[in-house]
Amino acid sequence: MSYHRWSTALAPVLATLGACAVSQGAPVTDSLSAVRPQYPSTYHRPTYPPVLIRNATILTAAGKELTNGSILFANGRIVSVGRDTTPPPGARVVDGTGKFVTPGLIDTHSHIGVYAAPGTPSLSDGNERTDPVTAQVWAEHSFWPQDPNIPLAIAGGITVIQALPGSANLIGGRSATLRLIPARTVQEMKYPGAPHGLKMACGENPKRVHEQKGPATRMANVAGYRAAFAEAEKYRREWDAYLKEPGDEVPERDLKLETLADVLRGKILVQNHCYRADEMAQMMDLGREFGFRVRSFHHAVEAYKIADLLARDSVASSVWFDWWGFKMESLDGIPENAALLQQAGARAIIHSDSPDGIQRLNQDAARAMYAGRHAGIEVTRDQAIRWITANPAWALGIDSTTGTLEQGKVADVVVWSGDPFSVYSKAERVYNAGWLVFDRSDPKRQYRTDFNLGTSEPGVGR
Amino acid sequence: MRGAALLFLAATLPPAAQGQSIAIIGGTLYPVSGPKIENGTILLRDGKIAAVGADIAIPDGATRVDAAGQWVTPGLIHLRTTLGLKLLESGGQVETEEDLREGEIKASFSVAQGLDPASMTIPVARLEGITSAAAVPSVGLIPGQAALIDLAGTSVDEMLIKAPAAMLADLSQGGKAAGGGSRAGAVLRLERVLRDAREYAERKDDFRRNRIQPLAATAEDLEALQPVLRAELPLFVIANRRSDIESALRIAREFKLRIGIYGGVEAWQVAAPLAAAKVPVILEPLTDLPTFDALGARLDNATLLREAGVSVVAAQSDAAHFRDLRQAAGNEVRNGMSWDDALRTVTLAPAEAALVSDRYGSLEIGKVANVVVWSGDPLELSSRVERLFIRGQQVPLVSRQTELLRRYRRLPPAY
Repeated sequence: MSYHRWSTALAPVLATLGACAVSQGAPVTDSLSAVRPQYPSTYHRPTYPPVLIRNATILTAAGKELTNGSILFANGRIVSVGRDTTPPPGARVVDGTGKFVTPGLIDTHSHIGVYAAPGTPSLSDGNERTDPVTAQVWAEHSFWPQDPNIPLAIAGGITVIQALPGSANLIGGRSATLRLIPARTVQEMKYPGAPHGLKMACGENPKRVHEQKGPATRMANVAGYRAAFAEAEKYRREWDAYLKEPGDEVPERDLKLETLADVLRGKILVQNHCYRADEMAQMMDLGREFGFRVRSFHHAVEAYKIADLLARDSVASSVWFDWWGFKMESLDGIPENAALLQQAGARAIIHSDSPDGIQRLNQDAARAMYAGRHAGIEVTRDQAIRWITANPAWALGIDSTTGTLEQGKVADVVVWSGDPFSVYSKAERVYNAGWLVFDRSDPKRQYRTDFNLGTSEPGVGR
Repeated sequence: MRGAALLFLAATLPPAAQGQSIAIIGGTLYPVSGPKIENGTILLRDGKIAAVGADIAIPDGATRVDAAGQWVTPGLIHLRTTLGLKLLESGGQVETEEDLREGEIKASFSVAQGLDPASMTIPVARLEGITSAAAVPSVGLIPGQAALIDLAGTSVDEMLIKAPAAMLADLSQGGKAAGGGSRAGAVLRLERVLRDAREYAERKDDFRRNRIQPLAATAEDLEALQPVLRAELPLFVIANRRSDIESALRIAREFKLRIGIYGGVEAWQVAAPLAAAKVPVILEPLTDLPTFDALGARLDNATLLREAGVSVVAAQSDAAHFRDLRQAAGNEVRNGMSWDDALRTVTLAPAEAALVSDRYGSLEIGKVANVVVWSGDPLELSSRVERLFIRGQQVPLVSRQTELLRRYRRLPPAY
């Protein structure tokens, strides 16, 4: 890590680090790099006319299911959800008869862009496996906006993803919360105001990848997290003291510790790959030791064994419907996992971790819902739709702006050909912040990445 | 049977008492070989289907199973699995594996001898209505012989339907290594092996007396290829790119082989020649990600092939997803295939591709009584298996996973 000293005083904007108020391109010769914009979002919502969808079944993911409902959105926001209303001038009116409307789907666990198709080794940009702790790396710096997986996921009704580093390391780096839209740069996709996540990993992967230099055991995994956060505690103290009272000696900037310190400050949400129940309990204790709370466990195939503990600590679980048996720590996966979490009052999320699965997140939520019902666990459609909308929005810290169909929220909206919990249904229209980013009936509204040009026909095979 | 206290995971199939019958009554039967039968009855006796229809006389003493309101289909057949061969395959951590990774030409290698009837993967697949599966070797230009098994039994012999059920060859990205790193080299080498197998058969005496130039494989491997050359044993060729599929078709013509295409991601581009050659395509209906092995991946591959008259078999070859076979078939319907055709891709079509359709794949008199009773549409996510019969015996719907559910459905668990 290179060493820098800064001799100038610090602007008090550090408190808003990450959502920085400093205008872009302005000369900031007087400030520290630590307080300048950190690869900020340049997201810009394309203009699109108001949309009124009428006479549809609307799953709001906010407790209500409306039959013959209408939803109006304009300027990227939801204006009303409920009874039919008069379309404003210039509005596009969509007949929703027989159709279902849901919030845009959100995947808390994607490696799209960091492990891009066509999957050449040169596109393997998700695991910085050179060290067990790489909190300094950011997934967005690997993200390829031309990944042809992106339009396929959009066609599945996905509006927002968390793009994560892989699970080779104890601490893998920062995740990015992205709007799934055509873009030339990842900055254009970054969800405005969304906090970063920190990817952490338990269990088999880190100890296998780093066996030579360590960690080689689960106990060394935990020692590794503890050592990193102990260092971050010190770093945070030094910087916070300096920021409160800037002196001549500017603390050294360390990108790794800067990330971890922001976890301790509550600005970065921990996203923790962890399969086994006992290890999740250890990670919750790690959080108590250092004063943070895991936001969501990921994969969490044994979450159902400690659903009560997860509910108590308000930790979400991002799970698959049924992946199991591909490694020892996944041996005890069961299809009722999400339903059992729901039953215990814990926050369940269905995630994909797969460019295939992300195209059918609704089907996995459906199977998880029905697996629960078949086992006698009551799961409503509204609850199950939350597994792929409102709950992931919470896990990513964006639930105040998206994840449900409620007045004032951003208009991330999907129109389905039928019940989204049926295998036969398709996303017909996907609105990302009110912008029609996918229309199944119109090949011109079926975005193709640069990679797709000349290698596939428009409008086929989705 | 759900929640049965009995831990009965490796289902034993005691020989059925002679003459003992099970009558599944009142369901809607989907025989696949013919139109559906409302309020039908199917009679299972001595492991076989003894009668199917709307007006079946139920013999005295038959066990009656009420299937009113339920759907009855043949058991699903999954033609591309490692069931009984592998578990825990991720990140180089294969804990159990019986598919031989050494070497390129392994025609004599049969996975059957390494099958584990007690594998915990088998009951899980069964719970989704899968009653038969091909256990398939995977690595090499000729990975070896697949075995077709019924998913019940405590010994390999008891489970086997047919072994070998097919020979495998790989002309996709995966076979390149055998060709010195090139596709053309792999084709050349496969042709040479087949030519040498033919020559070996014609000149066995010369071979024994060492009066023949060195052949491209061992005697065991060349011997094992003889049923392939006689077109008695299907050769399933892994091929995804259009040109690889065309290579397979050309080799099949040249050597008069009976082939199937495994993978077939770009098969939709060669649909007419595949239909003309009556070559079945065993594909993954959900494959649509572009790779340099096959850039032309699309979700309606199965539909386009079916429309062209190709026999399509659905598979889900990722080990963590074997059980998702019916979801894959449901997605065929989502992507344009008729419901009847989609059910066929997981029942009769795989039976035909594996040359066992005289015994498997449909609800017809005389066929092996592999029958599933579903709560509703078997291709729909809301349905589940209500009852499952393999060789005429009802198999309990339990697995390690149902045991885990029982333990943890109330917390803390009562041990």
